[in-house]
Amino acid sequence: MEKVKNITQNGKIKLFFKQREPILEDWKHTFYLWKSTPLAMIGTVIILIFLSIAIFAPLLTSYNPTAQNMNERLLPPNSQHIFGTDQYGRDVYSRVVYGARVEVWIIFIVSIISITIGIVVGIIAGYFGGVTDEVLMRITDMFLAFPRLILAMVLTAALGPNLTNTMIAIALVDWTIYARLGRAEAMKVKSQPYIEAIRAIGANDLRIIVFHVLPMSISPVIVQLTLRMGTIILTAAGLGFLGLGAQPPTPEWGAIVSDGRSYLVNHWWITTFPGIAIAIVVLGFNLLGDGIRDILDPRLRR
Amino acid sequence: MKLGTYILKRIFLMLVVMLGVATIVFFITRVIPADPVGAILGGNAPIERVDEMRHQLGLDKPILLQFIDYLKGIVHADFGISLKSNRPVLIDIINYFPATIELAVASMIFAVVVGVVLGVFSAIYRNKSIDHFSRIFSILGVSMPVFWLGLLLLFLFYYQLDWFPGGGRHNLFIFPTHVTGLLLLDSIVTRDWATFWNGLHHIILPAFVLGYASAASISRIMRASMLDILRQDFIRTAKSKGLSKRLIIYRHALKNALIPVVTVIGLSFGSLLSGAVLTETIFSWPGLGRYIVNALLVLDYPAVTGGTLFIAFIYSLANLIVDISYAALDPRMRA
Repeated sequence: MEKVKNITQNGKIKLFFKQREPILEDWKHTFYLWKSTPLAMIGTVIILIFLSIAIFAPLLTSYNPTAQNMNERLLPPNSQHIFGTDQYGRDVYSRVVYGARVEVWIIFIVSIISITIGIVVGIIAGYFGGVTDEVLMRITDMFLAFPRLILAMVLTAALGPNLTNTMIAIALVDWTIYARLGRAEAMKVKSQPYIEAIRAIGANDLRIIVFHVLPMSISPVIVQLTLRMGTIILTAAGLGFLGLGAQPPTPEWGAIVSDGRSYLVNHWWITTFPGIAIAIVVLGFNLLGDGIRDILDPRLRR
Repeated sequence: MKLGTYILKRIFLMLVVMLGVATIVFFITRVIPADPVGAILGGNAPIERVDEMRHQLGLDKPILLQFIDYLKGIVHADFGISLKSNRPVLIDIINYFPATIELAVASMIFAVVVGVVLGVFSAIYRNKSIDHFSRIFSILGVSMPVFWLGLLLLFLFYYQLDWFPGGGRHNLFIFPTHVTGLLLLDSIVTRDWATFWNGLHHIILPAFVLGYASAASISRIMRASMLDILRQDFIRTAKSKGLSKRLIIYRHALKNALIPVVTVIGLSFGSLLSGAVLTETIFSWPGLGRYIVNALLVLDYPAVTGGTLFIAFIYSLANLIVDISYAALDPRMRA
């Protein structure tokens, strides 16, 4: 009896893998493509290092990023402070390391808010069409009528410049792209025969949207999101630099660049290191994004 | 759809969108939690003075009435009086905007020339050293923060090497004749060559900083589109006819490959206006972007409202022009 049970279980496991073979095959193929695009690999490595720095920040530095030490102001890079210190004697290296946490946090929150707004607006517009579509898309156009940074900075200034409001403002600027993409996908999906079949069974609109249209529409949106993560960092850093984003002493990279701006002539290190950090991380996201685009769109693969 | 009908429809839609834009800006500036009256008068102003000021600014009226007044003002191009400069906001915009346009146009020229040339050579000599160079150039261009690049170049070319001036549109002792407000154009018209060279010297660095990212994206699109065209049948036909490589590339391929670039140029305009805010701040360029930033920092809300609306209007207008020219080129776009 025990043996029989074992065999059926074995069979079940085999069946389980058998059924998922195409998916596994697909993953293998993706991995192969990823390996054959060296730039995407470099990008992935950069992002992984960036994430590890954010996670293990306290292990990477013994200095508090916001602790001032007036005896050690404006020291050039040395063995104690490898990136030097700023005008308040804070260790620039630990500010850059902890800054990685701030940037990850910004990307995370902005992505969640903007994807949520964008998907809801886009799918409703695409699914219902007609007047609903027209109205929602005109609202989207209104947000698209501003140059991105200008709308973001007016919004942060209105809400009060700090880290939370910066994230809300960037999300309120960024959702339009996902709305347009979600709409296009929803329009494609809703005309499929299987949606008609589900409706014939008696499913209502909410059920169709949540269980059938949404899962089919979300993957291009997620891809677009990974392509935009670099831009999110650049926008946040730009706002921080203008003094309309994260406020001191928050170690946001753009704000650190701005901190060192008036000391640039004789104390180049305060501005240079956080700037390099932004450039490298955004480069990583761009390389990864290009790689994903190449993998998904074979026409561009050459 | 006929082109004329299409244009009329697009203009109508733009007006609808602009009304929405005006509404968004109104609500954003009205929710500024800080009190503009407090910002003008200071915290300890007597209550009668505060009430008087609120009345003067129309802040004591019901919100709907304020909104109608505001829309009336916009229709008459009246954005109110700047709280900081005490001049009508419209006059300020007219004073500051030419500097922004001049910088944007200079950056655009740089971006298009560099982007197209790099993209074309990159496609022709695929996987050769020029291709690698141009791809590194473009991936760096879209990754580098504008403000950081600006600061570094300023540090290198102004403080260290002193090859370029440190900011502003021209030297202090130069008093350009005002014709259009576009310094370079004015100095050509009035044949004031000293001013022209001085202005050119001042614009090179900021134009490079602002145009770099656009040049990068233009060169990528140009490369991809050129590679696409070079594989098409009509190019093979041209080759088999025995046309020279030069003729095929310049006469047949380049013209067709340029079409997607037109879209990118249109799209770049928005990022150019965004980047202008940062570039103007770094290079003390007296443009509209810096005007809005300064207004935001002191809560000068008529200036913020006017400046933002004006920028949004110019941006939408540019998009409209791009769409119309596209529809004129390709009837399929008129859907």
